[in-house]
Amino acid sequence: MSLIPETAIRNTLADQRLQSAIYTATGRLVEKRKEVTSPAVLPDYQELRAQANAIKKHTVENLDYYLELFEKNVLRNGGKVVWCRDATEVADFILRLAKERGARLIVKSKSMTTEEINLNERLAHHGLEAVETDLGEYILQLAEERPYHIIVPALHKTRYDVAEIFTRKLGVEREVVIERQTLIARRVLREKFLAADIGVSGANFLVADSGSVTVVENEGNARLSTTAPKIHIAVAGIEKLIPRAQDLATFLKLLGRSATGQPLTVYTSVLSGPRRAHEIDGPDEFYVVLVDNGRTKLLADVEKRQSLFCIRCGACLNICPVYRKIGGHNYPWVYSGPIGAIITPQYHGVMEDSWLPFASSLCGACEEVCPVQIEIPKILLLLRAEVIRAKAREGKDRLEKLTFRLWAWLMQHPKLFELAGTAGAGLLGVSAEDRWIGQPPGGLAFGPLKAWLSEREMPAPAPKSFRQLWRRRRKAHGA
Amino acid sequence: MARETILHRVRTALGRSAGQDPPPAPPARIRIPDVSLEERIQNFRTALEALAGHVFVADSPAGALSYVAALIEGKSAVASNAPLLAEIGVPSLPGVHAGIEEREELRRLCASADFGVTGADYALADTGSLVMISSKEEARMISLLPPVHIALVRKERLLTSLDELFAVEPVPSARTSSMVIITGPSRTADIEQMLVRGVHGPGQVHAIIV
Repeated sequence: MSLIPETAIRNTLADQRLQSAIYTATGRLVEKRKEVTSPAVLPDYQELRAQANAIKKHTVENLDYYLELFEKNVLRNGGKVVWCRDATEVADFILRLAKERGARLIVKSKSMTTEEINLNERLAHHGLEAVETDLGEYILQLAEERPYHIIVPALHKTRYDVAEIFTRKLGVEREVVIERQTLIARRVLREKFLAADIGVSGANFLVADSGSVTVVENEGNARLSTTAPKIHIAVAGIEKLIPRAQDLATFLKLLGRSATGQPLTVYTSVLSGPRRAHEIDGPDEFYVVLVDNGRTKLLADVEKRQSLFCIRCGACLNICPVYRKIGGHNYPWVYSGPIGAIITPQYHGVMEDSWLPFASSLCGACEEVCPVQIEIPKILLLLRAEVIRAKAREGKDRLEKLTFRLWAWLMQHPKLFELAGTAGAGLLGVSAEDRWIGQPPGGLAFGPLKAWLSEREMPAPAPKSFRQLWRRRRKAHGA
Repeated sequence: MARETILHRVRTALGRSAGQDPPPAPPARIRIPDVSLEERIQNFRTALEALAGHVFVADSPAGALSYVAALIEGKSAVASNAPLLAEIGVPSLPGVHAGIEEREELRRLCASADFGVTGADYALADTGSLVMISSKEEARMISLLPPVHIALVRKERLLTSLDELFAVEPVPSARTSSMVIITGPSRTADIEQMLVRGVHGPGQVHAIIV
C-alpha cells in the first residue's frame, strides 16, 4: 500500500517551468481536439462516439469469441499468436525467439503495453538491446524515465533537457535547435532500423475478421519497425480487439482527433501476417502477443469492465484539472490521468494506491471528451466505495466511524447541538467581518481540521445562529 | 497453457461458455456521400496541402511525367513496379532505379535514394490520404525510406473517405499483408510540441492525380 506522494506533488506544483509546460501542452491539445470535433467540422461526432461505445461493449462482452476468431485469422494469414498471462511470459517469449534466431538488436515503436510490463529492462537484463524509436520515447529511454503522458511521452522535457541528454548519452555536440535534434535522432535511429533483427510494435486495434494488427503513428518509426527487420512482434492487450476492419472507419476517425486533433494520423498501418510470397518486402515472421497482465480482472464487473473500452487517446489527461496540475509522474503507474486513476486500482487492487480514486474533483470533463464514452466519474465513485468497504474490513475506519457516531448522537439532541454550535463558533473566535476561515484557531491547529483547512476555506459562522433568529422572529410576531 | 488460462478467465468473468456464439454485432457504420470527382479532387488538394503536402493534377500522362522529371532532375530515385508508372514512362527517366524484385537490393537503394516514386491504390479526398497496398507491384520501403515520396494515383481511384475505402476493401488481409494509409509527410511534435517534418519517414509528399 502506498500513500499519496505529497512531497512529489508539491514539488511539481512549485516547479513553474513544469507547470507551464504541462499547461501549455495539454491546453493546445484540448483546443485542437475541440476544433476537429466541433459540429461544423464533424457533424456526426456524437454518433461516432455512440457507435464506438456500442462496438467496444459488444466486443468486450464476447471477448473470448473475438480472441479465437482473431487467432484463427492471424494463423490463416501465416502469422502466429502467443498468449501471455503476465509480463514475465512476454519477456520469456521474446528472449526465447531472439535466442533461437540469434537476434541481438530490437527496434521498438511506441507501446503502452510494453511500458506496462517493463519489457526493455527485462530484455536488457538478458543482454538484448531494445531501442525505442518514437522520438519522445527515445528521449525518455536515454533519460531513463517513464512516459509523462500517454501520447506525448516527453511532454515535460525542454529542448535544453534534450540537448543535455543527447550530449551525455550519444556523445554529440550540444544542439538546442529542435529541427536539428530531430535530425540527430533520425540519423542514429535509421542505422538501428536497418541493423535490427526484430521489430516490436504495439497495436491500436486488433481486427478479428481480417486477422490484422492496426498501428497508428506520425513519425514513420512504427512502419520502419514493422517493415525493416525480418521478424515483427506486435504486443497487445487482449482488450484491443474489434470485430471488423470496417469498424476501423469509426475508430480511426475518433482516435486521431481525440489524441492530437488530427483527422487521421500520418500513418495507419493495417498489418496482416508476414510478407506474402509475391510481395517484395516486409517481415518473414509475424507474431501477435496477446497479453492479459490483469485485464481479465476488469471483466467480471458489469459496470467497471467499460474501463477496457479505452483506446489510449489521452484526451482525458489533457482536459483533467488534476492531471494538468500534478502531471504524469505523480500517478503510481504508467497510465496517468483519469484513465490511470480508474484502471490502476483495478489492475493492482484498490488498496494498493487507495488514494487514487479520491484524487478527482468528479467534474466529469473526462467522460465528456472520451471518444468511447467511458463513464470515468461513475467508476471513480464505485472504486471509492470499494476502498471504503475495504478499509472497514481492515478496521482502518475507526476514527471516521467514531466521528460520525458522535455526530449522529449530537444531531439527535437539539439542546446539545445548539450548545456545541455556540461553543464551536466561540472557539473559532471570529469577528463579524470575517466571511471565510482559512486557518484553524490556535487550539485546533492539528489533525484532520488542520489538514482540511490547509487547502480550503470554510465559511465563518453567522454572528447569530438560525435558532436565535428563529426565536427572535417568533417573539416579534407574538407567537 | 496460457491460452487456456486466459480464455477460461475471460469466459468465467463474462459468464460465457466455450464455442458460444455472440449476439449479432452492431452493424458497421459506413456512410458514403455522393461527391463529384471535381469536388473530390478539390477536397483532396485542400486536405493534403493543409498538411504541407503537394498536389498536382495532371491532365495527361505526359504532364505527370514532366512533373516527376522536374522534381527528380539530377537526383536519384527508386520507382515501384506499378503498371501506372510504366505506362507513364517513369522507369526510363534518368537517375531512376526500377524493376527491383529483391528485398536486400531494394532496401540498399531506398536507403540512399533521394526520391521514392510509387503508385497508390487509392486516395482519400476527405483526409488527403494515399492508400498503399503491398504487392509485387508496390514494395513498402519505397514510400518510407527516401526523404521524398512521390505517389501517382489514377483519378478514378480517388475515394471520398475512410468509409469508402473500407467499403471497397472490407477485409484488407484478403489481398495483402500490409495496407498503409499515408496522410501527409512524416512528422513529430515530441519536443516542446514544435512541429518537425521528416523525422523517420519522408519529409515531403507529392501526390499526382492522373
